[in-house]
Formats: sequence, structure tokens, C-alpha cells
Amino acid sequence: MNDAATVLSASGVNKSFGSLVVANNIEFNLPTGQRHALIGPNGAGKTTFINLLTGMLQPDSGAIRLAGEDITNTPPAVRVKRGLVRTFQINTLFPQLTPIEAVTMAVCERRGEATTWWRGLSHYHEAIAEADQILTSLRLDKVATRTTRELAYGQQRLLEIALALATKPKVLLLDEPAAGVPKDESEDLFEVIAGLSSDLSILFIEHDMDIVFRFASHIIVLVSGAILVQGPPAEIAANPLVREVYLGKGRHGHAHS
Amino acid sequence: MAEAAPRGMTDWIASRARWRIGEIVFWLACLLPLLPAQYLPSFLQPFWIFDRYLQLLSQIAITALFAISLDLILGYAGVVSLGHAAFFGLGAYAAGLISKFWFTDPLLGLLCSALLAGALGYISSFVILRFHGLALIMITLGLGQLLAEAANSASWLTGGADALQGIRAGKIFGVFEFDIYGQTAYIYALVVTFLVFLVARRITNSPFGMSIRGIRDNSRRMLAIGAPNQQHLRRVFTIAAAMAGVAGALLTQTTQTCSLETLNFQRSADVLVILILGGVGRLYGAMAGAIIYMIARDIFSDVNPQYWYFWIGLLLIAVVRYMPDGLLGGLSFLGSKLRRS
Amino acid sequence: MLTSFISVLYDGFAYGMLLFVLSVGLSVTLGMMNFVNLAHCAFAMLGGYVTVTMINHLGWPFLATLPIAFLAAAVASVLLERTLYRSLYGRSDLDHCLLTIGIVFVSVAGAAYIFGTLQQPIQVPSWLRGTWVVGNLTFGVYRAFLIVVGLALAAALIVSLEYTRFGATVRAAVDNQRMARGLGIDVDRVFMLTFALGSGLAGLGGALAIEIVGLDHSFALHYLIYVLIVVSVGGMGSIWGSFVAAVVLGVSDMAGKYWLPQLGSFLIYLVMVGILMWRPLGLFGKR
Repeated sequence: MNDAATVLSASGVNKSFGSLVVANNIEFNLPTGQRHALIGPNGAGKTTFINLLTGMLQPDSGAIRLAGEDITNTPPAVRVKRGLVRTFQINTLFPQLTPIEAVTMAVCERRGEATTWWRGLSHYHEAIAEADQILTSLRLDKVATRTTRELAYGQQRLLEIALALATKPKVLLLDEPAAGVPKDESEDLFEVIAGLSSDLSILFIEHDMDIVFRFASHIIVLVSGAILVQGPPAEIAANPLVREVYLGKGRHGHAHS
Repeated sequence: MAEAAPRGMTDWIASRARWRIGEIVFWLACLLPLLPAQYLPSFLQPFWIFDRYLQLLSQIAITALFAISLDLILGYAGVVSLGHAAFFGLGAYAAGLISKFWFTDPLLGLLCSALLAGALGYISSFVILRFHGLALIMITLGLGQLLAEAANSASWLTGGADALQGIRAGKIFGVFEFDIYGQTAYIYALVVTFLVFLVARRITNSPFGMSIRGIRDNSRRMLAIGAPNQQHLRRVFTIAAAMAGVAGALLTQTTQTCSLETLNFQRSADVLVILILGGVGRLYGAMAGAIIYMIARDIFSDVNPQYWYFWIGLLLIAVVRYMPDGLLGGLSFLGSKLRRS
Repeated sequence: MLTSFISVLYDGFAYGMLLFVLSVGLSVTLGMMNFVNLAHCAFAMLGGYVTVTMINHLGWPFLATLPIAFLAAAVASVLLERTLYRSLYGRSDLDHCLLTIGIVFVSVAGAAYIFGTLQQPIQVPSWLRGTWVVGNLTFGVYRAFLIVVGLALAAALIVSLEYTRFGATVRAAVDNQRMARGLGIDVDRVFMLTFALGSGLAGLGGALAIEIVGLDHSFALHYLIYVLIVVSVGGMGSIWGSFVAAVVLGVSDMAGKYWLPQLGSFLIYLVMVGILMWRPLGLFGKR
């Protein structure tokens, strides 16, 4: 974790609710520019781990570092300002705003212009241009002036990412970005994600193994709040433990040895 | 990348803030009552016979202004308040007391009232914005009632139930006197309401306006993009409180009376009803609501004040059940349907 | 001093029992369905007018009218729940408030139309009217009756919620509606029954209240604020919370009226704001 290239790390992170252990001594490193996948059966604690990283939950013990600085006790909003940003598994958008309004607003928030109430939004050319560029890169430019509520579901999933990108993140945590999207569309969606700037480090949660193996450079398998194993895709695919615990789950119903 | 400046998007955002014909016509129409009766269409003339119609119109302007201030926090920022009369009443008493003990210049009085109400809004926002749901409704109601009871008890200052005595009316700019026909009062109320409306309109089209709408739509997501939600809400709450204070001060200055009614629960509830009837989150909804409500009250409560609330109740049920965006929202929905077909 | 202290405590406690009967139903239904029913006191007012009518026009004895007041309010509430409330369950708190305050306005005007705007007098049985004198203290018999009724109802509600099968389903639905549905509990039916029971209790409270606070067309609006204070201070969904809050409110209101009449109802609002700032979810609220 002292590796200069590590942008986000967790060391010895523990969290439990009563007797339920949701994070068990997690050691995690995300090198700059990498795309890591977090997989594991339902209830393994994947979203909880994201909540721990972003500060929506406070770990019982352990440390979280962003770009070398300890952020374990830093409030969520400050972590966002420092470049650690997440998206949500369930659409968490602004239903009554249009994508261009929402993303421009998010850009203004980042640039510290959002407290200005005496000047029209249309005067913020740079912010609008940046928002437009983000929306175009996510192929949302055609629907940018429609109310979010009226967008197709897949477009709303992309807007999830657009809002996160507007904060200019260093690290992007994507919680099942393709949740609820049909298989063929979800590959398109991941193509878009793969095309994002290579400076951006990404940790994503995904259930579809084909997609995980195709887009992740490194895979972390989480079971019952603990990291079972992690490594490059080929290694994970060949690992008998993973096959049994995770991939075999569908076949046997139970994952216990 | 910024060179690829998308004129389209900037234009589209600018078009959202552009003045529409209907708006200009509406504000110009507000000047009509000032014309001598013989220049008006004949069907309108009977209304001009009674001087009190100008007084009613002043009251409508003031009520509209009060409803606009509530629209900023409720319609745009999504914060419910059942104690908004506290700021209205504070502004009303401040204007009255300033004229009684200090100076009579109306505009300066208005400014002081706005500052005082804004200060109260800022201080109370630290308490109020910690609450949600029923607790929020109850805390705003409770704080509003506390102020009302305090004003009632402090009768040495406020006159208590006998209303504030000794309000003096100065000349606007030292020139225009408040006349018995209520003409100056109407122009004054209308101009102030229009100016405050311009401010509110600008706010709703600003980056800040976008952010408070974001908080209303999804406060969790706002936090996830690093927005200072509480700070934003405190700011809009303060602005809205100052505007409500202006409305209250206007009432005192144009009527030269100020009673406990400016502070009571009924006023908080009425302004909420007005805003809901007209439609939240569209500014003109506040105005439509104020016009309909005040005129209807003027007509019906003459007939039988007891039963006036029966119709308001029925209207509320119908609007909530069938027109969630209020009367204006319902109209614009109908309009867009007609245009499409 | 001690004399007045005891009578404030006695009268305040009796008043608190009245507030408890009036508000407990709203607390439970709010906790279960999150539906802010501001028309709760309109059902109480209905119960009051039923009792008044039956005594003054049909000559029924006071006690016999009480179950009818309960039933009338319960039936009326179910009718409204079916026709109006149901369509609004997914909507915001504000929409609930506005719809139900509309109902309050209609009911207030309706009551004024039918019964006029004067206070409605009733005749309670002579054995309820007297006072007991102990030393230089006087205790109203009717207040003792209220205390007995209130305590009995509170005990019955707490026991049945804790130990009956229906009580268990109600608790499950209040705690976690989704989970309760998952367990196969028909939450809508449970809610309807609870709603009817709660509104019925409000109707009973309205009938019991006439002798103490009187009854006129503005009852639905006037007592709404007291009931809401009890619910928010006690915490939604908690019977015990409503009980404690009702007693605190009843005693502090009585104390304010006795010792600091010039402050009006300043004291009760101060108590409410203070408690909410200390515990935003109310004394016993979980959510």
C-alpha cells in the first residue's frame, strides 16, 4: 500500500452490525488507472464495502487512504471533493431536472459556483461545455434536454455515471452500473465505461462473469465480508475455491464445502 | 474541448430563463387597475366604482409575494413549513415599530424588516433543517406559535390583542404620500412585489437554484456529488424569510395597521393552501393561487364567512387528488395536450 | 402551594388521559402506514356530535352513547380510507397533510352548517357531576372517570398489542411493513382495522371531551394541534410514548393555565420544541 501508484487503499478494515460481520479484515489496493472488479454472492458485503470507502459507513477498525492520505475519519462530502466518488445500484438521480441541468449543476458544485444565486446558469459557459462533453462521451447528448424522469432506463444508468464524472473523480466506485439492464445493452454500457479516461481508477461491482472477465484487470472475490481471493482474471477463473464458492453457487444452491 | 462550446446547450438553458409573452402580458395587466375607469373595457368598469378594489389588489400583491417566498423553500428546495407566518409577522411588526419609534421612510423600513426577518430565518434554520417529515412540520409550527405567543405576551411593545397603535406613514422617496384611494399603496405593493419576484426568478434560474432543486429531488445524491446541502438550504431559507419579512412590512405600511393576525397559525396555513392550489415550484403558481384565493374569499366570505372553508377544503381535496401540480400545473398540462393534438 | 400543586397534577393528568384517548390511534396508524392523517380530530368531532345528538334529541343516557360514538367514527374513517386515502399512500407527507386538512375544513364548515357555531351542552349523569372534598382539596368526579377510562384503555391496548395475535401483526407491520408483507401478513387489512380502531378511539375521546373542553365546530382544527404534539413528542407508533407525552402535555398545559395564564399556550409549545430538539424522533420514536 506504500506503492506510489496506489490511489485508494483499505487496510485491516472491519465492520459489524451486532453479531453480523459485514467487513472482515479487508486489505485492498487500487492502483492508478486500473479497473478492478468486486464480485461475490448476494449479501457478501460488496455495497457495504463501497459505503465504507465513501464514508457513508464508519469502519469499526482499520484505515482507508486516498492518494496516500488517511481519510478514515473524513466526512463523505470532503472525500468527494478529493476525488473519491460513487454511483448507486438503484438509480439515485434528480427526476425533475434534465441531464444537462443536472450535470452542469454538479460541475458548478465542483467549481464552487453553486452558491451564486444572482447570475443565470446560462452564463456559465465553461460548466455547460464540460457537462455537454461528459454527456456526449456517454452518448446522452441526444436526450440532454429531456426531463430525467422520461429517460429510458439504460440512459438513466448512464446518467448515474455522468453525474459522478462531473465531480472530476480520481477514483470511481461503480455499484452495479448495469443493474437491471438487458445483457446486450449492458455490454455497450461497459464499452462506454472502458472508454473513460485512463487516468481514472475504477472499482466496479458486477454480477455478469463474462463482463467481469472482459473488462476487469483485477478481480476481488468477497464472501461473507472477507476477501476470499484476488488476482488477475485468468487466475480467478482457474481458482477452484472461486469456482466452488461463487461460480458453483448456481449449480449446487449452497456454497459450503 | 471548451472550444467545442455547444451553443445548443447554452441556448437551451438560456431559453428556459427567457421571458415569455404570457409573463409580460400578465405584469402589464397588473397596471390596468390604475387607469381611469373610462379607458377600460365596459365589462370591467363596475369593479372600479369601489375604491376598496384597489385595497384588495394591494392585499393580493402582498399575499402573492408571501406565497412566492414559501415557494422558494417548499416548491424549489422541498422544505415544508407550517410556521412561515413567523417571518411575515416579524417583518410586519418591525415595519410598524420602526415607523413608530424611529423613522418613517417606507423603503428604509422595508429594508430593515427584510434584514431582521432574514436574520431570524438564518438563526432558526440551524434548528429547523435538522428535521424531516412530521417532526419538521411540528417544529416549524411550534416555533411559529412560540413567536406568536411571545408577541401576544409582550403587549407593552406590540399592543397585544389590541394591535399595534401609532404606526406612522412616511412618503415614498419623500414625495409620494399614501392616499385614501389606495392608489399609491397599490403601486408601491406592486412594484416591490415585482422586484422581489425578479430576484426569486433569477434565483430559480441560477446555479444555486439548480442545486436546491437537486436537494429537493434527491438529497442523498447531492451529498454523493459533494454538495453542501445544509449550507444551501440555510441560504435559501434565509432569503425566503427575508422575502416574507418584506411582504409583512408591506402589509403594515399599506394598511397602517399591524395585528397578531400577521403571526398566527391561520396565516401560515393559508399561504400553504394558496401555494398548493396555485401549484408549487413555478412562482406563477404562487401568484395564481393568491389571486384566486383572495378574490374568492372576498366574494364568498361576504355571503357567509362560516362556509368559505367548505369550498377551500373541497378544492384542496380535488387538487391533491386530481391535480398534483396545482391549478396552474393542471392548466399547463391541458395546454400542452391541446397543442399536441 | 401544595394544594394547587396537587390539583394541577390531578386535573392535568385527567386532561392528559383525554389527550391520550384522542391521539393514540393517530400515533399507531402513522407508525404503520406513514400516513399523516390530519383529519383524525374530525373523527373525534364526529363522535362528539353523535353523543350530543343522542343525548339531547333521542334521550339516550351518556354512557350508552359512548359505544355509538366509537362506532360512528370507526365506520366513517373506513369509508374515507377506502375512497380517498388509499390512492395517496405512495405520495409525500405534504400531500397527505393537504388532503386531510381539506377534509378538516369541509368537516368544520359542515358542522357549523348542521349544528351552528355555539358550544353544545350535554347532561352527564348526576353521579359523574359531583366533586369529592378532601381537606381543602376538591376532586371532580368526572375527571376521576376520565382517568379510570384512560388508564383502562392504555392497559388494554398495551396488553392486547403485546399478547394477542392481532397485536403481534400490528407490531410487525409498524416495525417493518415490507417484512410483514413478506411473512404473509395482510398489511392492508391490518391497517384498515387499526385505522378503524384508532379513529373509533378518537370518536370516543371526542365524546368524553365535551364535559371538559366543550364541543363546537372548530374542535377538529383546535385539538388537531394538541394531538399532533402528543404524537410527535411521544414518537410515532408508540402507545407508551403517546401515553407519556399526553400526560406531560396535559400537566404542563394545566400548570401553564394555572400559574402563568398570561403566557397562554406558550408553555406547551416550549415543551414540544424542547423535547423535539433533544430527541427529534420523539421520546419513544424509532424512526
